[in-house]
Amino acid sequence: MDVKEKIGPVLGDNTTKEVVVRIQDLYKSFGDNHVLNGFNMVLHKGENLVVMGKSGSGKSVMIKCLVGLIAPDSGTVEVLGKNIAELNQTDLDELRSDIGFLFQGSALYDSMTVRENLEFPMRRHRKKFEGITDTLPLVKEALENVGLGHTMDLMPEELSGGMKRRIALARAIILKPKLILYDEPTSGLDPITAKEIIGLMRNIQKKYGTSALIITHDVDCARVISERMILLVDGINYAEGTYEDLVTSADPKINAFFKK
Amino acid sequence: MSITLDMINRTKDFFIEIGDLSYFAVRFFKQAITPPFEFKELLKQSYQVGNRSLILVATTGFIIGLVLTLQTRPTLIEFGAVSWMPNMVGISIVREIGPVITALICSGKIASGFGAELGSMRVTEQIDAMEVSGTNPFKYLVVTRILAATLMLPLLVIFGDLIALFGSSLVEFMKGNVSFRLYFNSVFNALSYGDLIPATIKSFFFGFVIGLTGCYKGYNTGRGTAGVGIAANTAVVMASMLLFVVDFIAVFVSDIFYEL
Repeated sequence: MDVKEKIGPVLGDNTTKEVVVRIQDLYKSFGDNHVLNGFNMVLHKGENLVVMGKSGSGKSVMIKCLVGLIAPDSGTVEVLGKNIAELNQTDLDELRSDIGFLFQGSALYDSMTVRENLEFPMRRHRKKFEGITDTLPLVKEALENVGLGHTMDLMPEELSGGMKRRIALARAIILKPKLILYDEPTSGLDPITAKEIIGLMRNIQKKYGTSALIITHDVDCARVISERMILLVDGINYAEGTYEDLVTSADPKINAFFKK
Repeated sequence: MSITLDMINRTKDFFIEIGDLSYFAVRFFKQAITPPFEFKELLKQSYQVGNRSLILVATTGFIIGLVLTLQTRPTLIEFGAVSWMPNMVGISIVREIGPVITALICSGKIASGFGAELGSMRVTEQIDAMEVSGTNPFKYLVVTRILAATLMLPLLVIFGDLIALFGSSLVEFMKGNVSFRLYFNSVFNALSYGDLIPATIKSFFFGFVIGLTGCYKGYNTGRGTAGVGIAANTAVVMASMLLFVVDFIAVFVSDIFYEL
């Protein structure tokens, strides 16, 4: 029996919920390194989906294919009903205004203040803020959502790792996206700060009703935040199900993820 | 056998590098003429480029002027031609020494700065973050920096030339009792448009080469933080080498015009 069949709904595609992201037969290689070998995935509206995999298993490559940062070798990537490969630059940029992206290392712009970092995504998406001349209230709201309203004029170098991650989260939600992509949201953080970030992620989902795709190898993060999980092994979605489904699986490859 | 193979590979890599750099330059021209234009960032970068190099250019120019005059003086005295000093120093500084030395100093400062800055932005995913937020990072980061270097270098060269002439006049004032007014009168009488125009045009190309190589190396940085150091270092080496190639072409072309 196929592993996927054993542990739950294949691709999570058996519900009637609206699909936000659909990936079909995604292949990506870098030279002889075949990173993705026919990866499939579906993310529904309002859902928290965790994709887990070892370092170098292609999680970040997959998430970058979703926003058009990396072009796949083959396969289709549909985000909010649009096929990424068929979009021109203008349409792709417009679609990106509905996607928030939290990068692994926060990726705050070193040469800009916190306020400028948060205002930066707004400069190309004026259409979304028609009638709003002052961006300050939006920046304040985003910063207060992550509990850092007082940091507006600080430079990234003056912030701790946890604060940087929160600011990056505030930047990801400032455009009020429908979908948020989290690339290793808790990596490099101490357990307490990691817990705080997870709490913020949950609050944001509750407040804005966003869908979230979370890439991680942090089992605790996956346990707390996931409604459904996919294990990415050898470039394919090796297993899929709830945290409980996977943690109780007898498959040694799945077990390897959850062993302490 | 292995030495031959190594040489073949190195030659191949060299031509690939030239090809990639040319493609990068073509991309720059395409992006530079298509809206939206990043005027604010261009101004900021122009200020940074000019400001960052001003002290260095002034110090180097002053010393070059002093040394050139001190070393030439005994020979000119021997031939009874010391009155030709302002003419000789003026022409050699304006036509060749000023632009080349200033460009070399700037390649060390600006090209390595661009290489390190963009390289670090690449490895910390800031460039990806910029792209995801709907801003074209090539236009925002690369086009503005190359244009800033191209526009600022001629100004730095003129500034460096004036400081070098001041250094030279100081020696003449102290050793030959030549007044500053007489010295600068002789210099400007000796100079013609044929000296000034090719040198100024050449400086634009020097600035372009410095900006292009610095941005090319930084923007295409790979291999983590080690790559940033490599990018900064190779940017300087490549820019310095290309400066001499451009200088040769410029002198060759202006020589043809002189003959006409």
